Amino acid sequence: MTAPAQTASATILPFAEPLKAVRDTRPLRLITCGSVDDGKSTLIGRLLWDTKAVKEDQAATLARDSGSQNDLGLPDFALLLDGLQAEREQGITIDVAYRYFSTDRRSFIVADTPGHEQYTRNMATGASTADLAILLADARAGLLEQTRRHATIASLMGIRQFVLAVNKIDLVHYDKAVFDRISHDFREFALSLGVRQITAIPMSALKGENVVYPADASMPWYDGPTLVDALELATVRSTQAGGFRLPVQRVVRPGESFRGYQGTVAGGSVKPGDSVVILPSGTVANVKQIVTFDLVRNAAVAGDAITLVLDRQVDVARGDVIVSLDGQPMTGHHFDAQLVSLQPGGIEPGKRYWLKSGSRRQRVAVEPISQLELATGKWQPHASTLAMNAIGKVRLSFEELAVFDAYDQNRSTGAFILIDPDTLNTVAGGMITAKRGEVGGIHREDQRVVLSLPADLAEQLMASELFANRRDETEVKRMTAKQAAELFSNAGGDI
Amino acid sequence: MPLSVQETEVKNPPVSRPPLDPHLKALENEAIHIFREVAAEFENPVMLYSVGKDSSVLLHLARKAFYPGRVPFPLLHVDTTWKFKEMIEFRDEIAAKYDLDLVVHTNPRGAEEGITPFSHGSSFYTDIMKTEALRQALDAGGYDAAFGGARRDEEASRAKERIYSFRTPDHKWDPRNQRPELWNVYNGMIRKGESVRAFPLSNWTEVDIWRYIQAEDIPLVPLYYAAERPYVERDGMMILAEDPRLELLPGETVQQGMIRFRTLGCFPLTGAIRSTASNLEEVIAELEIATVSERQGRAIDRDQSGSMEKKKREGYF
Repeated sequence: MTAPAQTASATILPFAEPLKAVRDTRPLRLITCGSVDDGKSTLIGRLLWDTKAVKEDQAATLARDSGSQNDLGLPDFALLLDGLQAEREQGITIDVAYRYFSTDRRSFIVADTPGHEQYTRNMATGASTADLAILLADARAGLLEQTRRHATIASLMGIRQFVLAVNKIDLVHYDKAVFDRISHDFREFALSLGVRQITAIPMSALKGENVVYPADASMPWYDGPTLVDALELATVRSTQAGGFRLPVQRVVRPGESFRGYQGTVAGGSVKPGDSVVILPSGTVANVKQIVTFDLVRNAAVAGDAITLVLDRQVDVARGDVIVSLDGQPMTGHHFDAQLVSLQPGGIEPGKRYWLKSGSRRQRVAVEPISQLELATGKWQPHASTLAMNAIGKVRLSFEELAVFDAYDQNRSTGAFILIDPDTLNTVAGGMITAKRGEVGGIHREDQRVVLSLPADLAEQLMASELFANRRDETEVKRMTAKQAAELFSNAGGDI
Repeated sequence: MPLSVQETEVKNPPVSRPPLDPHLKALENEAIHIFREVAAEFENPVMLYSVGKDSSVLLHLARKAFYPGRVPFPLLHVDTTWKFKEMIEFRDEIAAKYDLDLVVHTNPRGAEEGITPFSHGSSFYTDIMKTEALRQALDAGGYDAAFGGARRDEEASRAKERIYSFRTPDHKWDPRNQRPELWNVYNGMIRKGESVRAFPLSNWTEVDIWRYIQAEDIPLVPLYYAAERPYVERDGMMILAEDPRLELLPGETVQQGMIRFRTLGCFPLTGAIRSTASNLEEVIAELEIATVSERQGRAIDRDQSGSMEKKKREGYF
């Protein structure tokens, strides 16, 4: 028997241009979201295909499985992406999958998440680590409710860069007016979520227009970036600006003389000589050394996995956080948070869960306050179980002192998961919004306080972070001083 | 009396290298974080060591993660007895050099029932000598966590795998009911008998592996580099012809040529590629223009689409 054709395909082709392997930035993590038929799989397939991330044998498997190619001579990209048998059988994406591609300038990690509404939880999972979200819209359909939902979830999870991909623009005859209308609508919506970095791109993922290659011929009116241009220019999230944070994963003691605290810097930076505090104990010490396998370093920044040596014998254990003396995180027994409910049982009021944040695991009771109505973006009061896929605001109560930053300050020390003590499954992902004050009496159950204030004072209070975080729990009415006086004379009780 | 770190370090002192580029540094940091988290949360971890390039990177990262301490868990090699000879030599050399605890397990059914890749076909052979052997070894060691070098870019079902991949007491993977995994907060809570497979290299690609090997000067089995070697062509694969157990079929002849391997497994199931890349720089240059995936050389992945998912559900890595 002579060698079949496969042997030849295993030979390296000599004529292709070598790719440059110079990457001067960290990988950009992104998430793709869109409705079921917006063409998400086609878009990701196109990205992988045009950046040469799909190899010949994978394409051959694809061609064999799909049995046919589309009219552009390309394989069915959805089959490339949907890796599980159940997904292939049902023709839908069930779970988050991770894809990798790179250009000369940067590498990318894509969290490919399902479009179906019941998989909101998977979207939240993918969004948790993403720096940027690509939101797909079908040019024929415009902005769908599902796109708004996904944008809302992405912004809640802390994503501050959006790319709106107005896909299937070829099916509306490359009409600039359609693109302008959809991108205008989206821009307004995204701004209402607090997202200011928005890039809208008209494209045809199927034809590969404005994905990797520009489409000057079919869209001469568009002079903005292609999708890949936009991704190459996006910024990678950094928490180097805030205070130093080192959640201690392990204590390493290879001999009597050496005691090091191992962990990944979760914020800020550190150098020998810095004064630090160990939380929750509050013990103060100075940094003596930063040890890594390669060399003893003179500084470490957020993201670095290090071993820290202190200048004195102190009690430090796994779960503690070593922080800078200036700019410490919040410590307390009560915190406000937002969370996404991830499992069929939901999040039950009063139930004691395990909470894990950084390397620390502790008991917590969860009390739902309100739930986000995704269709309208409004928070509705909700004190009962938060069902699967629900996004809620909750109060967390700890038995032992807890240590957090606000999530919008630090996506590591402000994030947590909840673990059900019965099933041991991960049942929620959460983000700390604020520490709840422990002022006696003011917020006893069901009690409300009505204040009458001068308008300028009220506005200053409402502008504060504390107030803004709990705006949905308050009612505000403007009236004249006379009306307020009348209201108060009729109201009973005082403080 | 204060002592410096260097004085406590007894073996393999680190060497100075130019700093990693930010891309590889980020991947390295993530992997070290995972190693430390698993070592801290589980009672009895083990690291699967297959002697290949990914295992070599994994081991290097483990040494970095726990430095200046020792790697706090054993390495487990599932030896089918059909590995390349050079792999076994390399394995023993590395274990001695880095002072590692090495556990080697072979499924006794191989010898008892005469199960070989030639007599039973790649699918059945792999089930017994790799998947079943792995389950036996994990059960025998009572390990509650096992590190593996799998990457998500390798294969479609692996693209869905978590970094902490939960397994039932009989080592089953249920891809439809995986635990959600948010940020880098991993849920390490399990019941007795259950376990996790932990994958510190999840987000690495094949190119990353090679560039890291180059940047960190990590030793590899020489089979990854091209050399003049004897081979036979069978079923579209070039099989190394140096083991006397390889019997030539009618019409087959032993040929000589410059070949190398992109992945290493059992020699009868691992195809070579024609290549002149005899050092790391040339391998990387070749890789960056490659038009086929590395698993193309693996017979076991080609049995059917979804075959990796099936094997994984049954306990394969």
